[in-house]
Amino acid sequence: MRDRLLILGGLALFLALVTWPVWRALASAPAPPPTLARPVGATRCVAPVEFMRTSHMTLLAEWRDRVVRDGVRTYTDVDGRVVRMSLSGTCLGKCHTDKTQFCDRCHDYAAVTPTCWNCHVAPPPATARGSVP
Amino acid sequence: MSHDRRLFLRMAGSAAMAAAVGAAVGCATEKTGRRRLAMAIDVRRCLDVHGCRACIDACHLAHNVPAVPERRHEVKWVWKEPFERVFAVEDADTLTASLRGRDVLVLCNHCDNPPCVRVCPTQATWKRDDGVVTIDQHRCIGCRYCVAACPYGSRSFNWVDPRPFVPHTTSENPRGPAGSPRSATCAKSGWRMAGRPRAWRPARIARCCSATLATRHRTSGGCWRSGTRFDANRSWGPGRRSTT
Repeated sequence: MRDRLLILGGLALFLALVTWPVWRALASAPAPPPTLARPVGATRCVAPVEFMRTSHMTLLAEWRDRVVRDGVRTYTDVDGRVVRMSLSGTCLGKCHTDKTQFCDRCHDYAAVTPTCWNCHVAPPPATARGSVP
Repeated sequence: MSHDRRLFLRMAGSAAMAAAVGAAVGCATEKTGRRRLAMAIDVRRCLDVHGCRACIDACHLAHNVPAVPERRHEVKWVWKEPFERVFAVEDADTLTASLRGRDVLVLCNHCDNPPCVRVCPTQATWKRDDGVVTIDQHRCIGCRYCVAACPYGSRSFNWVDPRPFVPHTTSENPRGPAGSPRSATCAKSGWRMAGRPRAWRPARIARCCSATLATRHRTSGGCWRSGTRFDANRSWGPGRRSTT
């Protein structure tokens, strides 16, 4: 048992190295929440903000199925407004005109990589389009 | 309760009558259902314009169809084939010289009984009520059964990432990922044609320089509505609008 010190020291070093990211995260201040660009000229979303924060993906999946499978292209929101069910046309086209300043910021913060944009094409930012709708 | 021959005949007759009435109601419902869409190509007019690609380019531009240079990875929605390959029953020896080697515009036929729909294991491709055969890319698993099943070669497959081959993307339509089938299903066009203003008609119709393409709905019975023979000068065709 003459190697006891060496073994225990090695184990302690190993544990310290393995748990290093945890200690580092605990020691540093939490990452600030993302600052999202608010839509210009639009005050109400198609659903309450709390719902959209937690369940926008559910709403988009429902829109997708209704448009593609059922051929229904309009959505009546809680306020009775009728909007076109289109992420790139309605959400990104009229309100959140810059995907990088809204969608991407939150997705990056939460380390989420939606596969939507593998196929779908986000419209260019409003600044690049020359006007804010 | 005794079962004699008279009772049996009465019950059989009633059942047959109920079945007949049910079938008649079913037919009536089908005929009064949603309109079926159709698109006509006047091959004679199209043949007159040598090397024209206006409608092909317009369609591919509007729908983000990649222009993959490698032939075995080619994605085809609307394309041209030599006459003798499209109409293979024609005897090549007796083919009119004016037709030999000429290119004919071909695309998905939106079959009444589409083989691609029959073989799809996930129902990612299906025939809509208005007759358009379309694909739900979200549900597709990339098995390529539809590519093998289509007798017209109208199903393509994204063998490579299409993004580098779509120079001008349109945000209205998705591109499809690598490993997904593409077809000239023109679901967008079907939607745009239904009760939309003329400006919303399919891109390729607006671009056709020779007034060859026209759209029209069919009755659900599968026949052209009576009195709607193809005439490019009719108001419902692209007519002279496309030349302006």
